Amino acid sequence: MLDYTTLKLIWWLLIGVLLVGFAIMDGHDMGVGTLLPFVGKDDTERRVVINTVGPHWDGNQVWFVTAGGALFAAWPLVYATAFSGFYWAMLAVLWALFFRPVGFDYRSKIHNDTWRRTWDWCLFIGGFVPPLIFGVAFGNLFLGVPFSFDSFLVSTYSGSFWALLNPFALLVGVVSSAMITFHGAIYLVHRTQGEVQRRSLRAAAFFGGLMMLAFAAAGVWLWTGIPGYVIQSAVDTGGLPNPLAKTVVREAGAWFANYERYPATMALPVMGFVGVLLAQVLARTGRTMAAFWSSSLAIIGVIGTAGAALFPFIMPSSLDPKSSLTVWDSVSSQVTLSIMFWVSLLFMPLIIAYTSWAYRVMGGKVTSAYVRENSHSAY
Amino acid sequence: MVSEQLVDLSRLQFAATALYHFLFVPLTIGMVWILVIMESVYVMTGKQLYKDMTRFWGKLFGINFALGVTTGITLEFQFGTNWAYYSHYVGNIFGAPLAIEGMMAFFLESTMIGLFFFGWDRLSRQQHLVVTILMALGSNLSALWILIANGWMQNPVGAEFSYETMRMELTDFWAVLFNHDAQAKFVHTVSAGYVTGAMFVLSISSWYLLKKRDVEFAKRSFGVAAAFGFASVCSVIVLGDESGYSVGEAQQTKMAALEAMWETEPAPASFNVIALPNEAEMKNDFAIHIPWVMGIIGTRSLDKQIPGIKEIKAKNRERILTGIQAVTALNALRASPNDEAARKKFEEHKADLGFGLLLKKYVADVRDATPEMIEKAVNDTVPRVAPMFWSFRVMVGLGMLMLLLFSACLWHSVKGTFANKPWLLKWALFSLPMPWIACEVGWFVAEYGRQPWTIYGVLPTHLSVSTLSVESLYGSLAGFVVFYTVLLIVEMFLMIKFAKQGPGSLGTGRYANEAHH
Repeated sequence: MLDYTTLKLIWWLLIGVLLVGFAIMDGHDMGVGTLLPFVGKDDTERRVVINTVGPHWDGNQVWFVTAGGALFAAWPLVYATAFSGFYWAMLAVLWALFFRPVGFDYRSKIHNDTWRRTWDWCLFIGGFVPPLIFGVAFGNLFLGVPFSFDSFLVSTYSGSFWALLNPFALLVGVVSSAMITFHGAIYLVHRTQGEVQRRSLRAAAFFGGLMMLAFAAAGVWLWTGIPGYVIQSAVDTGGLPNPLAKTVVREAGAWFANYERYPATMALPVMGFVGVLLAQVLARTGRTMAAFWSSSLAIIGVIGTAGAALFPFIMPSSLDPKSSLTVWDSVSSQVTLSIMFWVSLLFMPLIIAYTSWAYRVMGGKVTSAYVRENSHSAY
Repeated sequence: MVSEQLVDLSRLQFAATALYHFLFVPLTIGMVWILVIMESVYVMTGKQLYKDMTRFWGKLFGINFALGVTTGITLEFQFGTNWAYYSHYVGNIFGAPLAIEGMMAFFLESTMIGLFFFGWDRLSRQQHLVVTILMALGSNLSALWILIANGWMQNPVGAEFSYETMRMELTDFWAVLFNHDAQAKFVHTVSAGYVTGAMFVLSISSWYLLKKRDVEFAKRSFGVAAAFGFASVCSVIVLGDESGYSVGEAQQTKMAALEAMWETEPAPASFNVIALPNEAEMKNDFAIHIPWVMGIIGTRSLDKQIPGIKEIKAKNRERILTGIQAVTALNALRASPNDEAARKKFEEHKADLGFGLLLKKYVADVRDATPEMIEKAVNDTVPRVAPMFWSFRVMVGLGMLMLLLFSACLWHSVKGTFANKPWLLKWALFSLPMPWIACEVGWFVAEYGRQPWTIYGVLPTHLSVSTLSVESLYGSLAGFVVFYTVLLIVEMFLMIKFAKQGPGSLGTGRYANEAHH
């Protein structure tokens, strides 16, 4: 069995991989959902848009479900504290997600304009709300979250839903939302042609720009106005996890400490910007597949930027800093981490293999002709 | 201390959303194999009719599947949102099968379902059949993993409490996988799903036959459903009996409650067919029993005793008293981890820690528990008898009725005479709700029967909740009611519309009620 410290680090990376996987895979169909009412003007165009992700949205959503399951298994305290603390935010995400399966599957089963338009807006909500709220939640991690533990590790949360909607967190929400919408736009450029493709290119230009602007602004704000958290006591990285056994203080500029200590991590924010710019150029020159990968690279960069800044913190507590959850003290036991590591190592390549196969089978441009010919079976 | 109202509302929300989810899951699990059978016949014989059958029933399958997906995410969220302490306390063990379920089952099922619907023209026949089979495997594997998780709640093997981390930790993963309760539950539950899928196809086909339209299509569908349903209903009953035979304590308590067995009878115990349980006086006001049957079902022997409720409660009283010692020692250990005396005392009594925690429902510091509180906690350890007794009988009764129906259908299907037997077709049509009722009641027996625990003997339900406000719970519950009602109306509207229209909805030009282009 790998030693505990290594396993804890591996699981920090693996949760990161699952989040990135979620953002790339479910992200592009959420972006498509967000853009649906705007890049598709009539019913046929909208069906084209929906059918670019029709065969895949369900598999993509499993990245989200699996990330949730992995969080439960690997970081149970984080799962418990975040989901119960962010109660209304999580419910908003959940209820927005309700609109997706039924939206995709039921929309085109009835020939009625009002029915279809209603479902189009449902798909918009299902695509727009989750990335926005995840961004806002991430923003709040940098500020600290008001929770504390008693000696039996029962967590109490003392904030409200509205307190989550502070300006900095909302700005991070814009980063996340714009990034995912940009990614969806690039995907649409890859899978469509004609008018829809032209509109998607315009959307990509706008949301790519917005994302870079908001990302830069959030960085400056973090640098100038938001103190980070630092563990003051000695850390036994390989020890039994106990979040109450440390002392934590807030310190100006601490969220940039990792970038000073490991300058190589500076590559992550750079990747965020370069990925977006490159995707724009590639999409415009017709290398749409490469554009999609480049936009995925931007996602890795942006999520990585946040993760590297926070490390080793996962969820700092503003109410009782020593209760803060970190990579070292909110994890499952060595046995569980080890088993789950090997299980992931076995299944992840398989999942990637058959998902790629599914995309290959269903590949190519989705056209108006395709939608018309398959009007009884397509979405 | 956690308010009882919060606990009750959290339970209500979980029960409501789980039962609602379980309206869609059994149909998915069962129908997917019917699709496999139909498509296999198509691939082997090349008969277009079987392809149309796969596609039409697949369409109805899809309408149901969408809500299954929608409502499934709720449950994954809810452990964290509403059962935070539970999630922390057992995430180490319980989270693992959930994560594996995602990686091994959901990805497979959800990726393949896209190809199932959209891949007909892009895959060869054989490839498409493989896709359908993988989709079926995926959905059934998901049942396996979630029932391994649930089986562990009933019979928490392969794990141990750690006072350093204040939670249960995994000691033996294989014990969790091959937990008898999990395995018995898995086969019983998926078989119940197969019956549900078969009943769905059987009833709707019967309706077409009664209306005398799309007769050839309906006859073939009826035949597949009758054979598959008969095999499945036999398996549900045999394997349901297997869940009854279990050595676990949770299972013994449940059995005593659902049999209204107050006293420990000399082996082999008799079986109460009908009884009027009297909770207050701990006796049955009236009962008809068959000698020996219970003893044989419950112990697979003639000489082993099954403990009655009074005996179980007496044992649990002892465990609660030792549990107080365990909780007290744990408190001392949490305050000063190097307290050797406390550690020794804790190790000695830790098997009963969960029983000591039961008192936390009534008092913050268990050392202050009065005899009345202890009495209440003892009474809590066995679920209320009447709801268990009756719901179990409804489930078994429906199972027997369905066995009768599927036997009759299979018999007449083999003889090829069913299409002109309106009584049989009507019987099949009106039996449509039966498997759903049986499944829901079965869920109730399993989960209500485990109370007052979320993890039997380890973690009481009232400690498992998140510390939320009662208002939040009212709000979220209201939200679920609104969303789920609207979704159900939309789903039923589409399901009825397409079931009524029949295979004509495929737009192939070969059936009645053709879809308009």
